[in-house]
Amino acid sequence: MYIIIVGGGRLGYYLTKALLSEGHEVLIVEKNPTICQNINDELGSVCIRGDGCEAATLAEIGTARADMLIAVTGDDEDNLVACQVAKHKFNVPRTTARVRNPQNETIFKKLGIDVTVSSTNLILESIKEEVPTHPLTHLLTIRDQGLEIVEVKIPPDATTIGKPVKELSLPPGSRLALIIPKERKPRVPTSDTILRDGDRVIAVTTPESEEALRAVLRGT
Amino acid sequence: MKVVIMGCGRVGAQLAGLLDTDGHSVTILDTDAYSFRRLPSTFSGTALVGNGLNEEVLKKAGIEEADAFVALTQGDNRNVMASQIAKHIFNVPRVVCRIYDPLRQELYSTLGVEAFSPTTIFAQMLREKLES
Repeated sequence: MYIIIVGGGRLGYYLTKALLSEGHEVLIVEKNPTICQNINDELGSVCIRGDGCEAATLAEIGTARADMLIAVTGDDEDNLVACQVAKHKFNVPRTTARVRNPQNETIFKKLGIDVTVSSTNLILESIKEEVPTHPLTHLLTIRDQGLEIVEVKIPPDATTIGKPVKELSLPPGSRLALIIPKERKPRVPTSDTILRDGDRVIAVTTPESEEALRAVLRGT
Repeated sequence: MKVVIMGCGRVGAQLAGLLDTDGHSVTILDTDAYSFRRLPSTFSGTALVGNGLNEEVLKKAGIEEADAFVALTQGDNRNVMASQIAKHIFNVPRVVCRIYDPLRQELYSTLGVEAFSPTTIFAQMLREKLES
């Protein structure tokens, strides 16, 4: 695939490295000449100096034949415009924007950006996960289906400890996919699997049922 | 009518003053309170410190009841994003924005944002002056 990346910061740099190693054709557009030079010295000629929001620059690098454009600059408005120019002027089939302000995620969706990645939210989730009392962690969102994969930790005071899975009345659309006990191997739960203190339960659920699922698993 | 202006630079401040004199209700936004020094001393509208890309700030500026929104910051992309928020999220009937880059201005005009490029307008004006 031909992938254009707007923004040669740390994210752009490592993303390019990863995509190149997967065999894709990648080109970075970066405003800062020093950053551009450094990337080219290190990764070969993969970075062009220019403004990725400018239609003229995007025309020059053959955006019309790009399969994807990923905008990962530090400014939300620049990412939005780069994606919109790519989409509406060059008909790029897939545009992805990094969003720093979580508030902008819904706005970007409404304005037609295919995929948004909120770096702030991702970092928040990862940090919250490390807080021992944090009840539920989002692992993955399957957007088109309205599903998400979450992890719920069973705390020592959960009233569900010692109960088999079949006694839990799971909310609609929720399924337990995997149980990872504290010191044993992960297993796929059956109706007779007993919940224990410290178990990490991986479940498929919907955003609406998330809260109910957490309550059912912890018995609170 | 009720107008929200984002960006209190020279153009923003002057436009705010003119609309205010005409009897319109004007709210002007800027991220820097120091910019409001440009407003005429007679200005009777509201000057509000805040970022026009933030929905909360826009609500505080009364965007939900506004008849028009004008984006006049130095950043083309900021203007474009704010205009789209005003148009598509808050359904402001009239949205006008400044885009310096003529190519981007062309694109966003086709996307339904009423965009003006001072670059194009001024270049054309100078040409007319010189050729006349």
